[in-house]
Amino acid sequence: MPANTASSLADILSSNEEQLLNAWVKHQLIAKTRRSDLIKEADLRRESAEFLGAFRQAAEAGDLENVDHPSWAPARELLADLSRSRARQGFSPSETATFVLSLKQPLFDALQQRTGSVESFAMALWSTTTLLDKLALLTTEYYQKGREEIITRQQHELLELSTPVVKLWDGILALPLIGTLDSERTQIVMESLLQQIVETGASIAIIDITGVPTVDTLVAQHLLKTVAAGRLMGADCIISGIRPQIAATIVHLGVDLSAVITKASLADAFAVALGRRGLKVTPTAQRLREESDHGTDSDS
Amino acid sequence: MERIPILKLDDFLLVSIQVDMHDQLAMTLQDDLTDRIVRTHARGVLVDISALDVVDSFIGRMLGNIAAMSRVLDADTVVVGMRPAVAITLVELGLSLPGIRTALNVDKGMELLRKARTLNVSDSNHGRQRR
Repeated sequence: MPANTASSLADILSSNEEQLLNAWVKHQLIAKTRRSDLIKEADLRRESAEFLGAFRQAAEAGDLENVDHPSWAPARELLADLSRSRARQGFSPSETATFVLSLKQPLFDALQQRTGSVESFAMALWSTTTLLDKLALLTTEYYQKGREEIITRQQHELLELSTPVVKLWDGILALPLIGTLDSERTQIVMESLLQQIVETGASIAIIDITGVPTVDTLVAQHLLKTVAAGRLMGADCIISGIRPQIAATIVHLGVDLSAVITKASLADAFAVALGRRGLKVTPTAQRLREESDHGTDSDS
Repeated sequence: MERIPILKLDDFLLVSIQVDMHDQLAMTLQDDLTDRIVRTHARGVLVDISALDVVDSFIGRMLGNIAAMSRVLDADTVVVGMRPAVAITLVELGLSLPGIRTALNVDKGMELLRKARTLNVSDSNHGRQRR
């Protein structure tokens, strides 16, 4: 019986393709889930026609039960591309699934016109509806995968963005932190800092937390861990970029940062680091001459 | 019997730990080291752990002991050459080796010891004495 349904379905699809396409596109256009802001009618029509073609080929191959069958590969491919692109465009899962589900109505109408007995109609209806449901589920699955790909990519980009270790001077490293510190990020920050300490032979590292929005006990603990790890490698760490509110928060929370050198700005920390290295920033002779000539004030 | 060699470098002693530590070896090392500090009048001890993949609480405590013993005999201790992975593990375990000075490599460790020595000597008004 499924074989019979398959042949009749393939028959309907090949003989009424144009008619079916029109009805289907019409259903999609009037559906509540239609997103006219995200996709144009012409594109919708093109996608529908492509899928219908692939659907017909698969139905002609005769396997309606198993959508994993190689004969369904082109149709699956099309659905995968469509779901991924819709996930990127910002469609919701149900809006995406409606693409396949809205094919039911036109297909049932066509089946009804064709099949004679009630029993065979019910049979055809059942196999068609299961098939379309499977395809719709597949769409949702691909949609989900597309979303997950986006999330993974963004997470990856975020991690890469957030952990640069810069060399400020010979033997002085800076680690500007941006964003909240969680354990995973602390691990990565620590690893890259220690790696850089080994590579450059730095003896001082400045951890700048200007870009860290809030410092709670957990973040403070992660900072202290990084400082301790740096110390074990023989590098002193200075924490800089502590904003007034954060200083207040740290005190209110009772976090003890007394074991670490802390400075308000990166410039102050850099001055300390230079001092440790026995270095000093001095104005050039020209600058000194200009100052004595014009009496301008210095900002050292 | 297995022994960890102790090398004399200027005023300092260099200990490079390259084998797995166990109780007996640690005891022998501590005995040998205190003995050598007294005999050679060493001013500092460098402990190189760059060959160690794993540093556990046992080795951590041993390093602490060595540092404390050397301090009693008026010698500074610097632990050098810790690997990044080891440092991260120690910190995650909550063992940040308090009271032990650290440096990146033997060169920097020597520099640190010399600097500390110069400061101490000039503080006590004995003038600088090198070698």
